[in-house]
Amino acid sequence: MISFEALHAAPPALTAHAPMLLVVGPLIAACAAAFAPTSRTSWMISVTGSIFAAWMALALLGEVARHGAVDYFMGGFAPPLGIAFHIDAAGVLMALLISSAGVMASLYSGHALPAEVRAEKHTLTQAGFLLCQAGLLGMVSTGDAFNAFVFLEVSSIGTYALIAIGEKRDRRALPAAFNYLIMGTIGATFYVVGVGFLFAATGTLNMADMGARLATLGDSSVVQAGFAFIVVGLGIKAAMFPLHGWLPGAYSYAPSLIAIFLAATATKASIYLMARFVFDVFPDGAAFGQGFIAWVLAPLAGTAAIVCSIQAVFEKEIRRMLAFSSVAQVGFILLGLSLATVAGASAGLFYLAAHALMKMTLFMALGGLAISIGARRLDELAGVARDAPWSAAAFAIGAASLAGVPLTLGFLAKWRLVAAALEAGQIWIVAVLAIASLLTLLYIGRMIEAIFFRPAPAGAPRAREAPVGVLAPLWILAGLSLWFGIDASLPEQLANAAGQALIGGAP
Amino acid sequence: MTFFLSHFNYFAVAVLMMAGLFIVFSSGNLIKRTIGLAIFQTATGLFYISLGKVTGGTAPIVVEPGSAEARELASRLDPAYLAQHGVDGVVYSNPLPSVLILTAIVVGVATLAVGLAIAVRIREAYGSVEADEIEVLSRVESTQPGPRA
Repeated sequence: MISFEALHAAPPALTAHAPMLLVVGPLIAACAAAFAPTSRTSWMISVTGSIFAAWMALALLGEVARHGAVDYFMGGFAPPLGIAFHIDAAGVLMALLISSAGVMASLYSGHALPAEVRAEKHTLTQAGFLLCQAGLLGMVSTGDAFNAFVFLEVSSIGTYALIAIGEKRDRRALPAAFNYLIMGTIGATFYVVGVGFLFAATGTLNMADMGARLATLGDSSVVQAGFAFIVVGLGIKAAMFPLHGWLPGAYSYAPSLIAIFLAATATKASIYLMARFVFDVFPDGAAFGQGFIAWVLAPLAGTAAIVCSIQAVFEKEIRRMLAFSSVAQVGFILLGLSLATVAGASAGLFYLAAHALMKMTLFMALGGLAISIGARRLDELAGVARDAPWSAAAFAIGAASLAGVPLTLGFLAKWRLVAAALEAGQIWIVAVLAIASLLTLLYIGRMIEAIFFRPAPAGAPRAREAPVGVLAPLWILAGLSLWFGIDASLPEQLANAAGQALIGGAP
Repeated sequence: MTFFLSHFNYFAVAVLMMAGLFIVFSSGNLIKRTIGLAIFQTATGLFYISLGKVTGGTAPIVVEPGSAEARELASRLDPAYLAQHGVDGVVYSNPLPSVLILTAIVVGVATLAVGLAIAVRIREAYGSVEADEIEVLSRVESTQPGPRA
């Protein structure tokens, strides 16, 4: 057991304002990066901003362990009039995840960006990346429903531009970004309409206050309509099956820096926000909430896990394979959350963190492999392991974790999901998990077979090993996958506290 | 009928919203889709503003109690209704939804700008803003190997 109570990561003066600095740090860094004179400067600003956010997240981790949940009132105005930030154990897990993903992605970008993005766009890319990071951090830490919409849009607008910037490597990035912009905006607008309905019913925008008033207000068609709008809106942003149409294109054609960061965080922040609405804001025993979880969320998540795994098996472009796999894994996470038990929620959040780690490893390793040869399809990567053994080995570790090989983090994550499902008596979820895991093994097998065991076609350009600036963050991630696979006490402790905070009681 | 008249705003919102969504999904032209999106977002604005209107309420700028203006505003309303809801003899509309939607409008304009900018870049890269033509061009690409660096 690790004692987070003793964690005093930052001086008290900073810790007192950590919830605000967590978001404002990257936001200011984004402005600075946009006006940076050179690509190198903007990269350093990006790394600094990300590390600062991670530092604040660590400071919050100690605070949350000591006081339960941290409430921060913007400008000192107490809710329900003012805007409050509310960070509990689940929020701090998400903040840590997003900010550390940001650190890794920004470290990686130093070498990857020049290969993938036009030189004059480097500073703006870093600015967009920091903006996206600030938005996502805001989404998971705010306690105000409308404020969450603003942060959602801040991160989204950054994301649209960042996906479109991948057009240097592949012009299909442009339609993919446009498609995501249309879907994302519809999703966000649905969310606003839903919040409007809830505001009409309760007269407040503070999520905790809303939850308390809804509990006494009971069921009404206004509340149900609001609920439906919010779930569909966030479902689009979370790539909940069948609303995931935008995701494969967005992940495949974006520059690898962006694909890495998005795969680890973007859908996850929306899933977390949805979970907060489903478990915290809406009344516990409400029939429509229960019905939604049992008859909509769980079946759709199960379908996603199987159907999208099959799509991944038959995909030819390797990044699209990983993207479909992401949609399938979102299904896994939602299956865990749909159990609506403490064990289920903590297993779901554990899986969420584990999936973020392994998808980052995979996308980053792929970036490392593809930088020198610009590969797109699986067969172009044939035999690449001989030329770039370190990147390929890290890819293998990420892949093993995704497939759930014992002694990796992925195995533990799947194990906890199965255990939670058995505990809740949901045998069909175990069956779905088993089938989807077998399918995962199939597409992982195809990738490993191509990269390691197939001979490189004659006359194909030789790949070069990725530079140290790429290998260092890559191997930190791969090493974490292995380390947590053997000793998972740190993520387990975080996930258990998070599950407790999400299901255990009012926010 | 009275229900329809008293909720006229909300019917307008629903019609506008559906019209916007229909344009987004039915049109193949990227510019038209962006316009549909804008209509859809504007409908949300109207929805919020309608929420904030309080029957008989005036603009939420505090009027000095007892002044001629306050008496004038109060004289337009039913005294019983005023006694129940009035503050200093004047009923105000809820300012919060207007403030919220001001933010949402700014967000909407930003989204629109990014969307149009991407549409311009698509035109430059593909020579077309029709979704089906772009799809045909993209499909050819997915069978070709990646660009060598």
